[in-house]
Amino acid sequence: MDLFEYQARDLFEAHQIPVLGGAVASTAAEAETAAASMGGKVVVKAQVKIGGRGKAGGVKLAQDAADARVKAEAILGMDIKGHTVHKVMIAQAAPIAEEYYMAILLDRANRNFLVMASVAGGMEIEEVAHTQPEKLARVGIDPNVGISKAQALEIVKAGQFPAEVVDQVADVLLKLWAAFVAEDATLMEINPLVKTEDGRIVALDGKVTLDENAEFRHANHAALADSDSANPLEAAAKAKNLNYVKLDGQVGIIGNGAGLVMSTLDVVAYAGEKFGVKPANFLDIGGGASAQVMADGLSIILGDPDVRSVFVNVFGGITACDAVANGIVQALAMLGDTATKPIVVRLDGNNVLEGRRILNEAAHPLVQQLETMDGAAAKAAELAAK
Amino acid sequence: MAIFIDENTKVIVQGMTGSEGTKHTGRMIKSGTNIVGGVTPGKGGQVVEIEGKSLPVFNSVAEAIAATGANASVVFVPPKFAKAAVMDAIDAALPLCVVITEGIPVHDSAAFYAHAVEKGTTRLIGPNCPGLISPGKSNLGIIPSDITGPGKIGLVSKSGTLTYQMMFELRDFGFSTAIGIGGDPIIGTTHIDALRAFQDDPQTEAIVMIGEIGGDAEERAAAFIKEYVTKPVVGYVAGFTAPEGKTMGHAGAIVSGSSGTAQAKKEALEAAGVAVGKTPSETAALMRKLLG
Repeated sequence: MDLFEYQARDLFEAHQIPVLGGAVASTAAEAETAAASMGGKVVVKAQVKIGGRGKAGGVKLAQDAADARVKAEAILGMDIKGHTVHKVMIAQAAPIAEEYYMAILLDRANRNFLVMASVAGGMEIEEVAHTQPEKLARVGIDPNVGISKAQALEIVKAGQFPAEVVDQVADVLLKLWAAFVAEDATLMEINPLVKTEDGRIVALDGKVTLDENAEFRHANHAALADSDSANPLEAAAKAKNLNYVKLDGQVGIIGNGAGLVMSTLDVVAYAGEKFGVKPANFLDIGGGASAQVMADGLSIILGDPDVRSVFVNVFGGITACDAVANGIVQALAMLGDTATKPIVVRLDGNNVLEGRRILNEAAHPLVQQLETMDGAAAKAAELAAK
Repeated sequence: MAIFIDENTKVIVQGMTGSEGTKHTGRMIKSGTNIVGGVTPGKGGQVVEIEGKSLPVFNSVAEAIAATGANASVVFVPPKFAKAAVMDAIDAALPLCVVITEGIPVHDSAAFYAHAVEKGTTRLIGPNCPGLISPGKSNLGIIPSDITGPGKIGLVSKSGTLTYQMMFELRDFGFSTAIGIGGDPIIGTTHIDALRAFQDDPQTEAIVMIGEIGGDAEERAAAFIKEYVTKPVVGYVAGFTAPEGKTMGHAGAIVSGSSGTAQAKKEALEAAGVAVGKTPSETAALMRKLLG
């Protein structure tokens, strides 16, 4: 789960990482109040989970509280690369002397954690790595050992930070590591980490990604989810514990196993080329395809106005095909007249003959079976073309 | 021959007394796996009956090894306790630990992977994987044993159901070993580890490698194939139509910016001389052509 900047700022503050005053506002009036309580100049920053907001006009300096209101009015509701701005952060303005970079992230290739620190901040770190690699320290961290103070100092020196800030920056790095571990993060990036004109080291902007698998030990993380921008179908699916992602096509997809569902999306996309249709969603019903899970899945997909046909693609491993078939029959009985879109089913694997027999016997007018994944995908695409 | 597991594999089930553990222990026994006991801390001394076998339960992996001579484990322990279970297996120097559990925090996986590397005595497979099967010899995990029998193809995949689908498509050839390495960002055994083992395994004549979006494991596997693998390899990558920034079921299956795309993986594999199918059926057809 990616956090907004204001949430990252609050999380940093909770872990004693130095930040400037900041508050979040959903309306121009709230922005004015927040700016008034800070006093002086403030920066009004669009809260979107995508880069390039500055260039898009989503970050503006305000001279006072009244001006903050005007700037917030302009920014709220903006569209930045497809992301609507629902909130702005009001941040204290500070005279900046220098901009640095610091991050800790999960390193999939090396299967550990990676610290990156550089005296060159304020730009994309890929650019620094490309143009000034000598200024970027990259050090792998053993998760069972962590970072010692001596190692933190070494990393900061290798990132070519000036001598007068080395101690302060190393201290921030140790705090960032502690926060990274304590919050089960997979990314914590401070960019820029700044030196103010009066010599303080402050995290000015941050990116944080938290591991959703670790939510069971972080009761407070659920509240950080972004309910404003969530697609209503995705929110409904999440409430039912379904693994669902809304896409922009017309063929609804239900399958078992993430890999098979991804593959199903591809096969439908290829089959759909000649009909001008694409997959409408990703939905993995996982191992336990009970009637209820199938009903929940079907009702979400049939409730998507973009969907014109549905493709149920199951390879029974643990899941038995007769259970899936019974699930489909019972789901359609539960849905009754609300189910109106054609459903193409392909079953294979565990107990497939019984599964096919059950669907044949039920002979529901919306349901048709095909024997292969390719054939079923082509049929579902054709039915969605209209 | 086969890779990682064969008829000499003696297996304990960590979390055997839980509902998933019990169910899958029964399935593994039915498919011919030599299950010799289970580990559930606090339940040591119990004996459970599964599929007509009396299986002793131990408090720790070390105790289980001492009593049974086990050389592998399968982990069905829930995410909250999985780290402790895997650490227990590593501390006992168990040669093979297959972690089926889905939903383990990645900080926990990073910790047990680092510990396994440091000790150097345990091969981890998974987490969040279906396990592996050497048909007719042994089956550790949840892969159905009745899809196909022993044969000459080796298969490595991140995904469970895609493994089943591909085994089904190529069922007339049979498999030396089919291994699902898991869809998490940190996994113990990679495509490269499996490719190396298949190259060195005399029973395996050809290899199917199935990848998916996210990370760069397939790109690194492609480089390895070019350098090391002389047996024919066909590839498949799932997720060509996945949008950027969305996690597709598996925690590791996410396209971030321009990295981790299926297209990049396909191109890397093709550059290494691997024939890559657009769909599972096309991939199976490529393998058929290779095997004549």
